[in-house]
Amino acid sequence: ADDLHAAPSQYTTTEPQTPFNKATTYNNFYEFGTDKSDPARNAHTLKTRPWTVQVTGMVKKPLTLDIDSIMKYRPIESRVYRHRCVEAWSMVIPWDGYSLSQFISFCEPLPSAKFVQFLSLADRKQMNLPGGFDWPYSEGLRLDEAMNPLALLTFGCYGQTLPNQNGAPIRVVMPWKYGFKNAKSIVKFHFTDKQPHTTWNDQNSSEYGFYSNVNPTVDHPRWSQARERRIDSTNSILPRFIPTQMFNGYSDQVASLYTGMNLKKYY
Amino acid sequence: MSKRAIIALKVLVHFLCLVPFAWLVHSYNSGALALKADPVNYITHFTGDWALYILLACLAVTPLRRFSPKLAFLIRFRRLIGLYAFFYATLHLATYIILFSGYDIVMVLNGIRTGQPGVIIKEWKIVWPPILNDLLKRRFIQVGFFAWLILLALALTSPAFIMRAMGGKNWQRLHRLIYVAAIAAVIHFWWLVKTGVRTPWKDTAVLTILLLARIAFTAMKRLRAKPALSTRTTKS
Repeated sequence: ADDLHAAPSQYTTTEPQTPFNKATTYNNFYEFGTDKSDPARNAHTLKTRPWTVQVTGMVKKPLTLDIDSIMKYRPIESRVYRHRCVEAWSMVIPWDGYSLSQFISFCEPLPSAKFVQFLSLADRKQMNLPGGFDWPYSEGLRLDEAMNPLALLTFGCYGQTLPNQNGAPIRVVMPWKYGFKNAKSIVKFHFTDKQPHTTWNDQNSSEYGFYSNVNPTVDHPRWSQARERRIDSTNSILPRFIPTQMFNGYSDQVASLYTGMNLKKYY
Repeated sequence: MSKRAIIALKVLVHFLCLVPFAWLVHSYNSGALALKADPVNYITHFTGDWALYILLACLAVTPLRRFSPKLAFLIRFRRLIGLYAFFYATLHLATYIILFSGYDIVMVLNGIRTGQPGVIIKEWKIVWPPILNDLLKRRFIQVGFFAWLILLALALTSPAFIMRAMGGKNWQRLHRLIYVAAIAAVIHFWWLVKTGVRTPWKDTAVLTILLLARIAFTAMKRLRAKPALSTRTTKS
């Protein structure tokens, strides 16, 4: 990984960070295997250069962009975000990138575009792509969610370019949503007027909603979401439980996006 | 097989069944376990995996024995292996109840040391509601707990004197529940993983083969019995 020069950001939590080795060895990146230790073991086969990103759908002009030009488009900021997995564990990770909104503005979506879909790489030559899933991985946001300044277009973490298992070379991070919303190794941004299909919602819609905002009052059918195991540098076999916060503690920034919405129905 | 050889083999079986547990203890002592990102998750899966592997090994004894009369001695290890399956299943359950629930063992141990054993109950009162909620609401927990209850009943009735007291037929009827426990354990695994994840397929395949082997054996026994019956009818 190469060092990234990142400036500090106002959107940063001062909570103790998850050590680098834990954040890079405990990953959900099913393209490289379904066990959390698989991505760190298998993702070395991913080729992150050359890498192009397509911008398609309801945009002024479809584009094919080179990863390095996207990275240089705006200054990189370092943002320390809480990261809450739907599986009830959480980390605190310093991400490096710039606001997704800046990239979306560059893409010039048409006024009719209401959603943005992220499609990840699905290449059998580089990835395991286990059966039982409809690859490529697809995620999406309402356009106003994607334009929220917290949504981060991410190229690095811990001051260096993303390790492959963390979604190199380009991913998104939405800190107020469960981790699976953060599409990794993106090759396409597709703008549309209809809610895009998303991989985990396709797999099991009763367990993974389209919105998937962190919400301690809406249980996952198989476990409570009221609290989380914080993965930090404690190094104890006893888990450190903390209460889960609404919108993962980012209510001030994002709650207005959902005014009037029934968040139990739109989980 | 000589008595000596059986004893040597029993020691070996004990040793093999204890290797996973020793590995866990070693990882704990060396600190490697605590360095893992999510130790509780690891311990839960580790003990659950081994409970199921050893349960399957226990179920493999009878089909293996039928391959050859020379393998008849294997039956002497079945109870031992079964009890180890119960041991790992209990560790698995204990991990869930004590570690996964957030029960603060460190505080409890300190409480005991400083003469305040009341903390045992106090902590339990905190963790009990979510455990009860899981048990009432979540089917993967229910089916897993059901499998453990069966193993508990089988373990409690495993001593020879209880078998004698129960009578062989009754004892055998009860102990056939091991099939139900194994099926419940595999269902527990499937209901636990996310939709699309196929990790439990290997355990499922082994269990299916072991169950089919029994059905095939019973069917063959019936087929062989038939000609004997027909000769009897012609005679009369």
